[in-house]
Amino acid sequence: MKGKVLMLDEAIARHVQDGACVALEGFTHLIPFAAGHEIIRQGRRNLHLVRMTPDLVYDQMIGMGCASRLTFSWGGNPGVGSLHRLRDAVEQHWPGALEIDEHTHAGVAAAYCAGAARLPFATLRGYLGTDLPAVNSRIRSVECPFTGERLAAVPAINPDVTILHAQRADRQGNVSLHGIVGAQREAAFAARALVVTVEEIVDALPPAMNGIVLPHWIVSAVAVCPGGAYPSYVQDHYARDNGFYQRWDTIARDRDGFRAWMERHVLGCRDHASFLKSLREAA
Amino acid sequence: MNDWTRDEMMTVAAARLLWDECVCFVGIGLPSAACNLARLTHAPEIVLVYESGTLGTRPDVLPLSIGDGELAETAACVISLPEVFSYLLQAGRVDVGFLGAAQVDRHGNLNSTVIGPYDAPKTRLPGAGGATEIAAHARQTFVMLKATPRSLVPKLDFCTSGGFLDGNGARARTTMRGGGPQAVITDYGVLTPATGTDELQLTALFHGATVDEARAATGWALKVAANVETVPVPTAVELETLRALHSRTREAHNRPVQLPV
Repeated sequence: MKGKVLMLDEAIARHVQDGACVALEGFTHLIPFAAGHEIIRQGRRNLHLVRMTPDLVYDQMIGMGCASRLTFSWGGNPGVGSLHRLRDAVEQHWPGALEIDEHTHAGVAAAYCAGAARLPFATLRGYLGTDLPAVNSRIRSVECPFTGERLAAVPAINPDVTILHAQRADRQGNVSLHGIVGAQREAAFAARALVVTVEEIVDALPPAMNGIVLPHWIVSAVAVCPGGAYPSYVQDHYARDNGFYQRWDTIARDRDGFRAWMERHVLGCRDHASFLKSLREAA
Repeated sequence: MNDWTRDEMMTVAAARLLWDECVCFVGIGLPSAACNLARLTHAPEIVLVYESGTLGTRPDVLPLSIGDGELAETAACVISLPEVFSYLLQAGRVDVGFLGAAQVDRHGNLNSTVIGPYDAPKTRLPGAGGATEIAAHARQTFVMLKATPRSLVPKLDFCTSGGFLDGNGARARTTMRGGGPQAVITDYGVLTPATGTDELQLTALFHGATVDEARAATGWALKVAANVETVPVPTAVELETLRALHSRTREAHNRPVQLPV
């Protein structure tokens, strides 16, 4: 693969521009934290962030002022409580106003599928009995031309760039991932550019009949980044740090404490390896 | 056994509503404890589905998130999210959806989105996630929440997930395919919808709870069924199983994780 293996900072500089629509996907598992941190370090602004579950990675990016718009369907710290930086942005517009485009999981999943197929919108028997369509004009309905049933319609999601983390890639740029796979395949095919961080690059991928392989011609860049999903996890490599997710509730609760943590562990570290080292030293 | 807490009674009462081999879509928190208690007691072949796509999972400890690694490792199979929501849920292949919420109204509609106005929220909550479509499409739903006049409210600040809508058959006139909320399990007892009006009424009390207590903890004028059952207290097996599950869970969640190198 000619020129596809980049350092993470090069991959982000090349593929993530100010104002872009960016989806860092991974449902609890394989969340691309290292890439999110690099976007913060490079000071990207006015991003339209897309993710089903913003999770800590978008809490950090929103709190550091990277985003002006968020498409999402569940914005909490799983099993812990609030995402305090997301809440502060929505409730108090800190550090800036954040426009929200709020959906359900089924709606975002369908919108990624439509985006992957380059269809203009997705239909689903969804958003029934909820107030969401009253607050989000992008949730509309269409009539089935065969039965006359009213079905929900949401516009396709086609990110300028989707960023994923995966177990491995081969030297040609094929990317292999397994475990909980969320909507990563759909988000990958829906994107105009695809950047993937991986635990390792290997000579040949193991056979993956029905496993997910993202073929090399849809992959724009691969960066080797061991530990790149931490504090999320990588099946068969390292576990989710549930303790960190619990501690984040305290770290992110107030603005100053959050800023100090980000300055020390993200802005003050040149890459993901030094981020992990700084956490080991602080432990 | 008399030394049980209301929290434990809630979980036990919810677990007893599940049956062996039922396909159950599990929310995190109280529902997850109830569903796993059922699996570890009277319903060994229950199929637990977490929205992360883990089907038939049998975790040894309760997950913190709906996507912990153990859910995948102990699952019969793992499928993608579009498949979970279209092929399972929307296609009507889920028997029971188990939901929590910040607010529920007298017709079993749920709010997990916002307290205060949507555009100027007093408290921004996580939002819908899978709940809206679980509430619409699961063949029936059970709801668990602690009762206070601020959680059992006359009017929701925002309707995230539809129950019986305005009641009196309103849900049946929509294209929602599932049967709606058939039980709301609180920490004083159980509310179920009345035939015809679809209004939640008190049909069962926990041992030691009273109708007056239930009324005081409910933000609307709670109707009481002609016969209010008393829910049998937890058995020794139920309590021991639940406590062991919580104890394993605490230990697992406190175990330090090695940082990746």
